Amino acid sequence: MPKDKRFSGSRYGPAERHMAESLVEIERRMLSGQSEEEDCDCKEGMFNGLTRRNILTGGIALGGAVFTAGQAAADAPPGAFEYPVQPDPTKEQGRMILDDGGYGSRSQFENELRWRYPTASLDSSWSMTPLASGHGIVTPSGLHFERHHGGIPAIDPRTHELILHGMVDEPMRFTVDDLKRLPAVSRFCFIECSGNGLTEWKEPTLRTVQGTHGLTSTSEWTGVRLSTLLEMVGLSDGAAWILAEGSDAAVMTRSVPVDKAMDDAIVAYAQNGEALRPEQGYPLRLVLPGFEGNTHIKWLRRLEVSDKPFMTREETSKYTDLMPDGTARQFSLTMEAKSVITFPSGAMKLPRPGFYEITGLAWSGRGKIARVEVSADGGATWQEAALDGPVLPKCHTRFRLPWTWTGKEAVLQSRAVDETGYVQPTLPELVKVRGLKSVYHLNAIQSWHIAQDGEVTNVHA
Amino acid sequence: MSTPKTSLLCAAALTVMVPCLAQEAWAGNEPSRTVAQLPERIGKFEERAPAGPTRSSAAKVGDIDPAKAHFGVGQPATDMQIAGFNIDAMPDGRGLPPGQGSYAEGEEVFAERCAACHGADLEGNKDIGAPKLIGGRGTLTDAKPVKTVESYWPHASTLFDYVHRAMPMDSPGSLSADEVYAVSAYILGRADIISDDPGTTLDAESMAKVEMPNADGFVSDPRPDVRNKE
Repeated sequence: MPKDKRFSGSRYGPAERHMAESLVEIERRMLSGQSEEEDCDCKEGMFNGLTRRNILTGGIALGGAVFTAGQAAADAPPGAFEYPVQPDPTKEQGRMILDDGGYGSRSQFENELRWRYPTASLDSSWSMTPLASGHGIVTPSGLHFERHHGGIPAIDPRTHELILHGMVDEPMRFTVDDLKRLPAVSRFCFIECSGNGLTEWKEPTLRTVQGTHGLTSTSEWTGVRLSTLLEMVGLSDGAAWILAEGSDAAVMTRSVPVDKAMDDAIVAYAQNGEALRPEQGYPLRLVLPGFEGNTHIKWLRRLEVSDKPFMTREETSKYTDLMPDGTARQFSLTMEAKSVITFPSGAMKLPRPGFYEITGLAWSGRGKIARVEVSADGGATWQEAALDGPVLPKCHTRFRLPWTWTGKEAVLQSRAVDETGYVQPTLPELVKVRGLKSVYHLNAIQSWHIAQDGEVTNVHA
Repeated sequence: MSTPKTSLLCAAALTVMVPCLAQEAWAGNEPSRTVAQLPERIGKFEERAPAGPTRSSAAKVGDIDPAKAHFGVGQPATDMQIAGFNIDAMPDGRGLPPGQGSYAEGEEVFAERCAACHGADLEGNKDIGAPKLIGGRGTLTDAKPVKTVESYWPHASTLFDYVHRAMPMDSPGSLSADEVYAVSAYILGRADIISDDPGTTLDAESMAKVEMPNADGFVSDPRPDVRNKE
């Protein structure tokens, strides 16, 4: 048994434990004013790089870091630990390896957060990705947007099963362990909530790109192709739809066309190289590349094959688009091409005229992004942006364009074209066809107004 | 600490192709837990043990033929196991369970289990995100359409299915089939979709025959519907 129970054997190896206990002992002696000469097993040179001298200058702080390992200090942003900031990190040893317990954390100086749209219900709510500060195409798992219909369940994967039944030859059930034994596939793809931008139809409402566009995120998803599982159970003649059901309090359900299931659907157990995050469906999530987010059923427990769609609440009452003539569009599953400039974007302020690299994201549920054009004059003239690879189908694609702001008013816009030739529409074009009450599937061109003082605001231009 | 050891033993067993793979035996012996243990330390350098191959729940490995999707993984699902999960109801009545409930019974269920959020008059409560359940017929072309079960929902089965699986919010899935039939009869009666006579009763057969006012209000996805020019 370790002398100090804070340094348990499961968390610390013997060397780390010895080091940590020695530091505690040194600190105890220093605080109680005991002489240096007194004999202890914490002598100078006891371990490489740590001397009595730097213990005196930074040792207490270092000891403090040991004590707080595994729990974030109140002042550190979520996902970070607060470590003492060294006046000159070249003149003393840095903090100890593995004092984060063996699972890393972000810098205490980084503070991006998901932001919850203030829905009336906390159980059925959504949080949005801070796109303005994103880099590249991947969303950190901890910043991937969330949409829950009944909170976030905590599920032990050992007790979780996926059951496949209905119009199949042999109904089967799979443990999570089973699924990990099957041939796997990894792919990057975006997931976008069909409600992304729902506040923006009538007038500019939210100020930031997180608010206007933050219900889209990209991850690398790993799991079993759904087609593999469907081949194992054998589809009956006439199988056309599959009900996917989650194991949350909403027992969330959507009907998915069999063609999509056989094409590129994945029963995912991993995201960005590790197990799914609980809020992303741990331990199993259906991933349907290019389809609207709510069909990517989280906490997946059941797939029932049928000849018809099941007409669940989430494909009738919700996630249907009401048109001006009073009819509603149903099963608008594919997310159409869309793009947004994430920098500069709403609620930023350009400090002064000069060089800025315009950058943003483009994506299409129909395939690859072919081209992104950027306008700095509200759509009068367009310039092709560079696509910063990789350019993957049904995936966020990063675009960049060098730009010099002269200090005059400007309206920045981006326009995506996908490989099918579909061109991202303007808002008036969309509204002309769909009216103002359809709620979902807003993929119009976004406009950011740059004022003469550099203020960036969300506008309809 | 017996768990990692057991898994190591089984991993060892797998390498010599001894089938020790009955899911029931495995799951049954599993102590319940609230967190994972950290990986065991192994060997002279106290390395962290890797997760290793997971176990198939299949009773027998059988003939392996990946080309024919034979992996010796997973197990058949029995009718009884399926029935435990198979709660969905479809518009044609498939999946609706046995049972029945009347408007009068539904009025009581509603008062007790639903009214706190959805309001005594089914008017909803925006402050807590509880939608209005009835009214709004003829408003779908208005500037501010009122979308309710009465005005918008195309199938009565959806009402049964959703209430049964997810309502009430404070105790989802707690209503019996009879209670859900009853409360469906009450809501549909209050909406003048079926009779609001206290004796009006719904069951699987009658539920599938309910004609919703907006049954023909839905069209399939016509997109791309907007063609921008470059």
